[in-house]
Amino acid sequence: MLKILDRPQEPGAFVYQLPYIEFRRFQLLYQKAIISVVKKIVPQNTWVQHLRRIQLDQDQKAFAELFGYFAPRVKAFLMKSGASPSMAEECTQEVMVTLWHKAHLFDPSRASVATWIFTIARNKRIDALRKQRRPEPEDLQWGPESEPEASDILVLQQEANLITQAMSALPSQQRDLIKKAYFGDLSHSEIAVETGLPLGTIKSRLRLALSKLRKTMK
Amino acid sequence: MNEMTQIKHHLTDQILIGYSAGTLPEAFSLVVATHLSMCDTCRASAQAYEAIGGSILDTETQTTLEADALAGTLAMIAKGSIATKPTVVSDVPTPLRDYVGGSLRDVKWRSVGMGVRQAVLKTSKTATARLLYIPAGAIVPDHGHRGTELTLVLQGAFRDETALFSAGDVEVANEDLNHTPVAEIGEDCICLAATDAPLRFNSWIPRIAQPFLRI
Ligand SMILES: [Zn+2]
Repeated sequence: MLKILDRPQEPGAFVYQLPYIEFRRFQLLYQKAIISVVKKIVPQNTWVQHLRRIQLDQDQKAFAELFGYFAPRVKAFLMKSGASPSMAEECTQEVMVTLWHKAHLFDPSRASVATWIFTIARNKRIDALRKQRRPEPEDLQWGPESEPEASDILVLQQEANLITQAMSALPSQQRDLIKKAYFGDLSHSEIAVETGLPLGTIKSRLRLALSKLRKTMK
Repeated sequence: MNEMTQIKHHLTDQILIGYSAGTLPEAFSLVVATHLSMCDTCRASAQAYEAIGGSILDTETQTTLEADALAGTLAMIAKGSIATKPTVVSDVPTPLRDYVGGSLRDVKWRSVGMGVRQAVLKTSKTATARLLYIPAGAIVPDHGHRGTELTLVLQGAFRDETALFSAGDVEVANEDLNHTPVAEIGEDCICLAATDAPLRFNSWIPRIAQPFLRI
């Protein structure tokens, strides 16, 4: 628990700093998905909660806040991937429209909000810039009877933050090489397999999440 | 879903990073997405690599949007929802379903000689995807690779000099691999294969006939 508590955090991560009792309370409440009650304990600036509010309440204020944070990043990402400013603008808006309509598909036990938006932006790039279709794996979703557990969500979100921290700690040359791969500037045969990032834990957490999903599907 | 636990041959990290970064040719992505539908190990890896993309996006410099961008986006949202595709029962994983037009029964096979059949799937031209149908016990002739070739077993199994590949397994072959895959006895073998080397039908047909002529 201590490890979680002393993590420095940005949006979405303050929950780790809650005293354990509060954390436990949050966990139980979250499991019941009683959004209105959760709001009293949890500050508003968690992107996971924003997506929930969009999904459950079609909350335009939550959307506007998400838009304010992510849309300028998506546009920058698309421009670095080779889109003209006007095309990047148009595609960014389409990415955010997709986010709204697909909010119910977001699973916080498998991805951070930034990661999920990245996948939408990446697919938009493939579609609009490369004019290709993007085959996606079979969708796995929680059944109506089940929900991911709050502890799984917290650990996964924490792991995502750790990757971001590890990225910024990389030698700049290596970080730039990784970025190049993600901006589409390297072909798959030019990609270095050794990222230098600690991905072992997140991989095992994701495997766990997937096996739980498979169980609920049966 | 039984085969999931038995998958022995996985995608390489290089391919998985390429898939997560979105830089693979469509034909490769099709093989990857189909394998990920069967294999949670590779799926977890691909999602971990997507998390790298997420942190790049999160820490990226920002570019200003047009003043009316949010209003424009909300207007688009108000126009309506995204149509969801109806679920179709099929004997192939979802990503492949769209390319074969339903299920394996709907595949338009073309004979390439000696009982071996293939169907080229429509993808972007930078790489080629095709289904291969190899009758039980039949030989796919000795062939080298000019580029990268991914071969995913959908049904049955084949064996080559390196290993046995069963349903769900994927073989990643590079230029240095020269092999002679043989379908196992007992069940016809169906594979989904993708290569970024140009497909040469003219030379492929005589080559496929060769081993049989020698018998
Ligand atoms: Zn695998």
